[in-house]
Amino acid sequence: MTNQYYRSIADLPREELFARGHRMCQGCAAALIMRWLTKAIGKDAIIVNATGCVEVTTTVYPYTAWKHPWIHVAFENAAAVASGVETAIKMLKKKGRIPKDKDIKIVVVAGDGGTYDIGLQALSGMLERYHDVMYVLYDNEAYMNTGIQRSGGTPLYAWTTTTPAGTVWRGERRPKKPITDIVAAHRIPYVATANPAYIVDMMNKFKKGLEIEGPTFIHVFSPCTPGWRIDTAKTIEVSRLAVLTAVWVNYEIENGEFRVTSPVPRRKHVRHYLKLQGRFRHMTEQEIEEFQKYIDKEVERINKLAGKEVIGPVVE
Amino acid sequence: MVKRTSLSSNYAVAYAVKMADVDVIAAYPITPQTHIVEKLSEFIANGELDAEMIHVESEHSAMSATIGASAAGARVFTATASQGLELMHEILHIASGMRLPIVMAVASRALSPPINIWSDYSDIMNARDTGWIIYIVSSAQEAFDTIIQAYKLAENKEVLLPVMVAFDGFVLSHTFEAVDLPEEEEVRRFIPKQVTWYTLDPENPMTLGPLGPPEWYYEFKYQQVVALNKALEIAKQVDDEYGKVFGRKYGLVEPYRLDDAEIAIVAYGALASTAKAAVDEARKNGVKVGLLRLRLFRPSPVEEIAKYLENVKAVGVMDRAISFGAPYGGPVFADIMEALYMKGVDTLLSSFILGIGGRPMYLHDVLTVINKVKEIAESGRRTIETYYIGVRE
Repeated sequence: MTNQYYRSIADLPREELFARGHRMCQGCAAALIMRWLTKAIGKDAIIVNATGCVEVTTTVYPYTAWKHPWIHVAFENAAAVASGVETAIKMLKKKGRIPKDKDIKIVVVAGDGGTYDIGLQALSGMLERYHDVMYVLYDNEAYMNTGIQRSGGTPLYAWTTTTPAGTVWRGERRPKKPITDIVAAHRIPYVATANPAYIVDMMNKFKKGLEIEGPTFIHVFSPCTPGWRIDTAKTIEVSRLAVLTAVWVNYEIENGEFRVTSPVPRRKHVRHYLKLQGRFRHMTEQEIEEFQKYIDKEVERINKLAGKEVIGPVVE
Repeated sequence: MVKRTSLSSNYAVAYAVKMADVDVIAAYPITPQTHIVEKLSEFIANGELDAEMIHVESEHSAMSATIGASAAGARVFTATASQGLELMHEILHIASGMRLPIVMAVASRALSPPINIWSDYSDIMNARDTGWIIYIVSSAQEAFDTIIQAYKLAENKEVLLPVMVAFDGFVLSHTFEAVDLPEEEEVRRFIPKQVTWYTLDPENPMTLGPLGPPEWYYEFKYQQVVALNKALEIAKQVDDEYGKVFGRKYGLVEPYRLDDAEIAIVAYGALASTAKAAVDEARKNGVKVGLLRLRLFRPSPVEEIAKYLENVKAVGVMDRAISFGAPYGGPVFADIMEALYMKGVDTLLSSFILGIGGRPMYLHDVLTVINKVKEIAESGRRTIETYYIGVRE
């Protein structure tokens, strides 16, 4: 990593810019991610939020959890709104209506529905036009705000209310859409994945995403306790297991260069990750092995991209 | 010094936007609007307009980016037509609900299917209940003047609503007419840059676009009602002020030979010009007919409508859009009927549909309408028929 902004938890900003008293669920990873994100971006930033869990739970009028200037317009257009905000700030600085030396960051916060599915077109447009915006995707792997319906980010075999586990269907039938690959294919300067169990890594990525000029994209793993049917105390445990089983890989692509930031030399079997979550409860031994095979192939792909074995074999 | 030049309505709009010193434009190409953004791109490319053009990937994003830019404190503009207006429909409601002074030109065009790039007002009529202020203009000069008025009205602190300025696709958008262009400096003095609305400012952070629960949502909507009512009054003031400075004013409606009229027709857009010629023609044959042109569609200028139509025996309303399954007639017919009934004006109303999907509207078509209205006036009987002029049944 070229820039290491924070070396340990002790380096992280202390000031709270995300107010308490919002209405997110117990154990919600998105709440935690927002708390850290707002610390990373500092005061001089404008947040554009797509419709979703974070938006509805933080802005129940007349209350707000945001200490930043914050705007929500609709579900599918956060990237387009941010394009407008960024362009306006640029023009107003050029015309001297905002001090020219004032550095105002533009940050999008959107869920998987608002990114993988309904917001993909607006996102693609924003990336292609090269707006100086950091887009943060908190991925809880389904439409949790409307009550756990599958999205393009829902993983293979996951139960949701629209992919129930029955005799014909066994939960979601397709693996997650490779959203970071799609975003990276736009050849933007910085794309990264992050995970709330690896806070220092996540914070460095937020910081880097902000500092790099042009569009940047941070894809954050975001367990949803009611949607994933997990114990509200186990959000971080599930997050960490996602990395240790390589169901989730923390990496970054900086100017086209791929690097895994959380190597896993000795990998755990996916069973350890799946068994903590009610959404995978219906899976048979054979289905668990099929899921393992899918992850093995992904690991192979990641190692190939890294040019060395950054994710090791399954040892337990 | 005023400069007389030849411009289409599309170009007239582009000149007005340039003179308004707009900061951000976000637009997507669609016929027959495209010339507006082409011209604006030229102005920016040549350094004549210091603005940024966001080349969005859809009209939905055009309106979304426009909202973002306006919320950040920029003066903004976009333009569209037809399917493009339909695609942004969801966001139209949000623009007005967020009380942002966005100005948009619409070169009105029919809706698919079958796909048709020619003029009618189906697109505008679908935007009726979006909470926007909607003008329908009748000439390139009026298009220019109304864009300038639109910024003045939209940015008024008591209004803070988006404004749509519509005109016939092709018939106006592509037709060149003489247009008097004022000095740019004079326009900029008339609409100085003042950020009168709430913006995204790190020095004064605000949450814009929150969740409105049942105990609050209704009040948000009611405030839009209050602002639109206020806009009716301020639109008149702006028109008067504009008249004083630039020598042209239009009113919210335009009466034509209605003083001694026994019957009347109502029109909007370019059809009003043909209708004036038809009124003159009919009057030569002794028919005492007048015309009321509707210029401000939303908010509805009810007082003016009632004032000018209260003494006629019969009124024929010409609509350039179909309101499918409506009780009777076209969308503007319904407005006129509502205004007159509620104002206690008892006259014989009839609804005429014409000029759908660019079907030409000739002098004789309007004369057919006038004759029908005359017949209804003479019979003294109410009609429950909607007359589809020029259709092959």
